[in-house]
Amino acid sequence: MTPRHRRRLMFVALILLGVGVAAALTLNAFRGNMVFFYGPSQLATVEKAHERNLRLGGLVEQGSVKREDDGLTVHFMVTDNVKSVPVIYKGILPDLFREGQGVVAQGRLNNEGVFMADEVLAKHDENYMPPEVAEALKQAGGNTPQFSTTVMEGGLNK
Amino acid sequence: MNIAEFFQMDGYALYVWGAYGVTLVVLALNVMLARQQQRKALRAILRAAQRDRSRA
Amino acid sequence: MWLWIHKFGSPKYFYSVSGKLLPWVAGATVLLIVMGLYLGLVTSPADYQQRETVRIMYIHVPSAWNSMFIYLLMAVAAAIGLIWNIKLADIVAAVSAPIGASFTFITLVTGSLWGKPMWGTWWEWDARLTSELILLFLYLGYIALQSAFEDRRLAARASAVLAIVGAVNVPIIYYSVQWWNTLHQPQSLGVGMSTIHLSMLWPLLIMALGFKLLYVVILLMRTRAEVLERERNNAWVQELAQALAGRDFFRSGNEYR
Repeated sequence: MTPRHRRRLMFVALILLGVGVAAALTLNAFRGNMVFFYGPSQLATVEKAHERNLRLGGLVEQGSVKREDDGLTVHFMVTDNVKSVPVIYKGILPDLFREGQGVVAQGRLNNEGVFMADEVLAKHDENYMPPEVAEALKQAGGNTPQFSTTVMEGGLNK
Repeated sequence: MNIAEFFQMDGYALYVWGAYGVTLVVLALNVMLARQQQRKALRAILRAAQRDRSRA
Repeated sequence: MWLWIHKFGSPKYFYSVSGKLLPWVAGATVLLIVMGLYLGLVTSPADYQQRETVRIMYIHVPSAWNSMFIYLLMAVAAAIGLIWNIKLADIVAAVSAPIGASFTFITLVTGSLWGKPMWGTWWEWDARLTSELILLFLYLGYIALQSAFEDRRLAARASAVLAIVGAVNVPIIYYSVQWWNTLHQPQSLGVGMSTIHLSMLWPLLIMALGFKLLYVVILLMRTRAEVLERERNNAWVQELAQALAGRDFFRSGNEYR
């Protein structure tokens, strides 16, 4: 390696170091702010939650889904297993929407503490398996795979 | 499983086959363009070689 | 090591070795992808939650892996070209960009086609999706920068800096699902862990290997063509031309002999 090569190598190493440090600092600063959604417990801590459009994420509580007669309006509870928030939504739900599944709703909290959603997205977990295996797991463990904790990890831990 | 069921993909045909279709088109285009570039390069070199020979 | 780099870095040596290698790699690629398609589309089961849409995974995930892998390889090749002034490294970096951009595009489109029926949206500005979109822009920026300079050496140097700077985005894509809460689910595969059932894991891994090899095939093809274009005035290319002169190579795939 000639001195010229060494100089260029240093140059590349310095770029990488500089950009890496800058990126790490920026990401660290953003960490708290880059929240895609709030969990039900977090929602209570959000300042001026009533005045803002925000996203609520959690699991659809078992047995909480009720449809109105118009067939479009849906009432359900979003829970993080600690707190629950009632949600009202009128529109088409994604195919993965079901009780016990992860969900991210976008909308506004009204004065009665009901979350009026204008968009509901389904969030699924990282498990992939055939239906028979899921059924067998359910019978053996009692714990349905839909309740995998990791699906909400982001929303609960941060 | 019969053939019709296979193509219907449980009602998700548009999404599943759409995804595979786009992938096929983009990747096939990559291979075709690479091949075309090779032909073009060879053709140019051959033409240059012939020109040299006819001049000599 | 240095000897090897200089030997393999010589365009003439590369051209002859890659020419012999290419049909074998291409054969293995076709075999793996055909096998992966059969396992993924026909024999593997539907998912307990996502039903048949899970089959999109067998192209979406390998493309996503390729999009990141190719970027890192491109950045390393560009850095080698920048530091040691090796022409072949510059070529590898330059021709990798459009291939990587293609895989990134496929990742975004197939992800969108998967997200619509399952999540309920074509697109959402979450950290994983956004950082992958930035990757596409980095590739496009790199390609634009390459073509902005008449002088090849200058183009390689300027775009190498962009490639190296942009490399920080790759770990951001990879860890985005751990760092932030995203709509995209956490990773399913890691060293020694998998939350994918074996009947779905096999087709995925075979397709991933097939896609990786497909990248190698396209990379070799484009690099060879680029070597010919850039070295056309060198003696060995002239000799090659003489040897090929009488042959009808446009008809039967002889352009790779």
